[in-house]
Amino acid sequence: MAKETIIRFDIEAPKIALKIKPGQFVIIRVNETGERIPLTVADKDAFEGTITIIFQVVGKTTALMRSLNEGDFLLDVVGPLGKAAEIENIGTVIMVGGGTGVAILYHVTKAFKDAGNHVIVIMGAKEKEMLILENEMKAICDELVVTTDDGSYGEKGFVTMPLERYLNERDDIKMIYTIGPIIMMKNICNLTKPYNVPTMVSLNPIMIDGTGMCGGCRVKIGGKTKFSCVDGPDFDGHEVDFDELMSRNSQYLQDEKDSLLYSIK
Amino acid sequence: MLEQEVRLLKYKTYLSYYCPHCSTTFNVERQDEKSLIFNAAYKQQDLVVKLSPYLDVFDTKTSIPVEEGDMLDDLICPHCKKSLINHEEKCEKCGSKVGEVIVSTQAKLIPFYFCVNRGCDWHGIKKADQKTIRRKIPRQTMPEQDPKIRAHNFKEVPYGYTSELALLEADRCLQCKNPKCVEGCPVNIDIPGFIKLISEEQFDAAARKIKETNLFPAVCGRVCPQESQCEIKCIVGIKNEPVAIGRLERFVADYERDMNLVEIVDIKKSTGKKIAVIGSGPGGLTVAADMQILGYDVTIFEALHEAGGVLTYGIPEFRLPKSIVNFEIDYLVKLGVKIELNHIIGNILTLDELLEHFDAIYIGVGAGLPWFMGLEGESLGNVYSANEYLTRMNLMKAYKFPEYDTPMPKGNKVAVIGGGNVAMDCARSALRSGSKEVNIVYRRSKKELPAREEEVHHAEQEGINFHLLTSPIRYFGDRRNMVKSMECIRMELGEPDASGRRRPLPLENSNFMLECDMAIVAIGNGPNPILFNSAPDLKLNKRGYVEVNEETGETSKEFVYAGGDIVTGAATVILAMGAGRIAARAMHEKLSKI
Ligand SMILES: Cc1cc2nc3c(=O)[nH]c(=O)nc-3n(C[C@H](O)[C@H](O)[C@H](O)COP(=O)(O)OP(=O)(O)OC[C@H]3O[C@@H](n4cnc5c(N)ncnc54)[C@H](O)[C@@H]3O)c2cc1C
Ligand code: SF4
Ligand code: FES
Repeated sequence: MAKETIIRFDIEAPKIALKIKPGQFVIIRVNETGERIPLTVADKDAFEGTITIIFQVVGKTTALMRSLNEGDFLLDVVGPLGKAAEIENIGTVIMVGGGTGVAILYHVTKAFKDAGNHVIVIMGAKEKEMLILENEMKAICDELVVTTDDGSYGEKGFVTMPLERYLNERDDIKMIYTIGPIIMMKNICNLTKPYNVPTMVSLNPIMIDGTGMCGGCRVKIGGKTKFSCVDGPDFDGHEVDFDELMSRNSQYLQDEKDSLLYSIK
Repeated sequence: MLEQEVRLLKYKTYLSYYCPHCSTTFNVERQDEKSLIFNAAYKQQDLVVKLSPYLDVFDTKTSIPVEEGDMLDDLICPHCKKSLINHEEKCEKCGSKVGEVIVSTQAKLIPFYFCVNRGCDWHGIKKADQKTIRRKIPRQTMPEQDPKIRAHNFKEVPYGYTSELALLEADRCLQCKNPKCVEGCPVNIDIPGFIKLISEEQFDAAARKIKETNLFPAVCGRVCPQESQCEIKCIVGIKNEPVAIGRLERFVADYERDMNLVEIVDIKKSTGKKIAVIGSGPGGLTVAADMQILGYDVTIFEALHEAGGVLTYGIPEFRLPKSIVNFEIDYLVKLGVKIELNHIIGNILTLDELLEHFDAIYIGVGAGLPWFMGLEGESLGNVYSANEYLTRMNLMKAYKFPEYDTPMPKGNKVAVIGGGNVAMDCARSALRSGSKEVNIVYRRSKKELPAREEEVHHAEQEGINFHLLTSPIRYFGDRRNMVKSMECIRMELGEPDASGRRRPLPLENSNFMLECDMAIVAIGNGPNPILFNSAPDLKLNKRGYVEVNEETGETSKEFVYAGGDIVTGAATVILAMGAGRIAARAMHEKLSKI
């Protein structure tokens, strides 16, 4: 996998593998002192009884997960959580993924394809080295566009550029589905709104239980408070208050640094 | 018999003597000296006299020596200054006046007379009306951590009764023939029965007596609102303070556990039938234990990574130590109950799928969906639901951050909205994690505070401020979108509403600002639909709670039972346990017929 910071795990969790649907996630706790972190499932193998997660090392928990070896155990894996993505045969859909969001997108993309849609995938990364799952995506979609911020691979620039091109060129796009950094999803929603193309986003707010019990994952959708872990994680992107989500997600940045420092010490 | 008892009781070290008027003790204990101190009048002068703990030897080192063969004019309680001379009684040896004190022994309260003549060592007792004397022992307080110290730690607040205090408190019970306390108890514990066993110093038998009806006395003794259940009905409480039933319950349960006297009960022969319990709160645990004992094979499914429900993720360590909850859960495991953690029923398995594998199901999922008020600014950073705050603190042990990874929510000035146990728990947790000022904001008056009396009292002692008849209307944030203040409005109480409580109404132009860099919304919880989304055929009421047959706890789906907060709405631990027991009984009856 590209660079050491993006890591793939296949986890043996037969009951979850049997049930989990594209768009749903699991919550993981690595050890007794660990946090509960939500991770969307990138793929599953019900036959083998495994689920696949792909994550980027960003904080203490993900750093800890990197240190695990094949055959090690995670203390807790709970799921499936959240609502499954609504997938029907509607015609042409564009799937837009950024960063590790691409991993999550893979599961949903596969489902859209299986449902008989014409699937266009636009995936972006900072640089060539950070690109993940390109071949896997290529195998399941009808058209694939890759962008990198620095132009080291594919088109130079952001995913919004090819997306805008598609929106201008084709009028048969029935839906856009996007997962990635909040700012990217926000820009995409701003872009698609004037075109009146339904845009689904998959949100990743801070979560604890993932069962609708704490309200920590609350987001504002069309002015109403919703809990992403039970009402989502997919929402109509044109209704999401992204600024609020961004500021809520940055609440614990300092604590996360402290936590990482403590673990290094 | 009585003489014999007195002689015996003289040598008990825990013997205490009380003033018959003010019930204050005369005992003084110094390093190597135990004595009783009285005021007295002698030769028209005031003096202090000391008596031996057996009330027979006068200390001669008084300011004016009391001469051998001479008599005190008066004997006076140093606390209430009332005379202790009982003119109806006389010394049976020399005919002099006698003083009267009340002696408390393990089993009885005895008025005790002694001659005030220095040369005479007569003392004796009379079989007095026990009931009137009993009422004179004051309700015994539980020793507890000093408020100033405990405000900075998470250790349990009260230490609990010692054996002596428990015996004394047990003596206050009148052993009513028609005990009102039992009627007040939601599960009708045999209260005089267990208190009698305490008086007989059979503490572990007392604990077992409670367990006949209530599986978790160590928990209930700590968290039940006794003041509005059993103690409010106690006969002693009509004229005096009621018997401290909760404290006694807690004492015997702790004694049994600490002394390793808990016995694993016998399990009936296997019925070969299987029971699934959804949710491991107090209700679910009760059903699981009852059914396992009746010979069923029970599996509990719990959504979180620890069992116990609110007892684990909600109620903080300083009020209900987790070691106690874990002890009770371990007990269930020893009975053979299986616990599957991290299983969210509805997602990983539906009710129908469970019914394929189990003969009956109990739903005890609680009311876990937090309510918000929908105010402007409620999504600002550092505004939490009580559930999130308490889950972080208790379940994720954020108060041990950074040893534990989950960040601890913190603020210097904290506002907690609500007046129930949940609000008190949040406020007191915040104080313990270093907040400088904690304000409880509640829209009704002190009388309506739904929290347990003891919790409100403890919160006040620890220095938590109460803004009563006050309601928040909006939050303001700083440039990082973290909450910095709250606009409030004052309220007044109007006509009673449907719940019978007077409805709070806003007072116009009474708005004011309250600074807060953390706010916790503790206004209640509703039903979480996660389970029911996958069971559309389960009948719910208008408010989203499960409808059940009250006598059996059975839902609209055959073989599916429910109880606790998911039926009644957020209520109490004991009600959840009571509902569990009813359902277990009904389940057993139904399954036995198949
Ligand atoms: C902070 C706080 C303080 C309190 N203080 C007191 C007090 O002092 N005295 C008192 O009497 N009462 C108190 N209460 C109320 C009392 O705790 C509850 O009434 C009682 O716990 C209800 O018990 P229960 O068994 O119905 O459910 P809960 O204790 O709520 O347990 C339900 C369990 O089910 C699990 N669950 C939920 N959904 C699912 C699912 N789909 N699949 C699997 N598992 C699921 C939950 O994770 C939880 O563990 C307090 C409550 C709180 C929150
Ligand atoms: S009502 Fe009070 S005095 Fe009577 S049995 Fe109950 S606890 Fe004892
Ligand atoms: S994560 Fe707690 S309610 Fe969604």
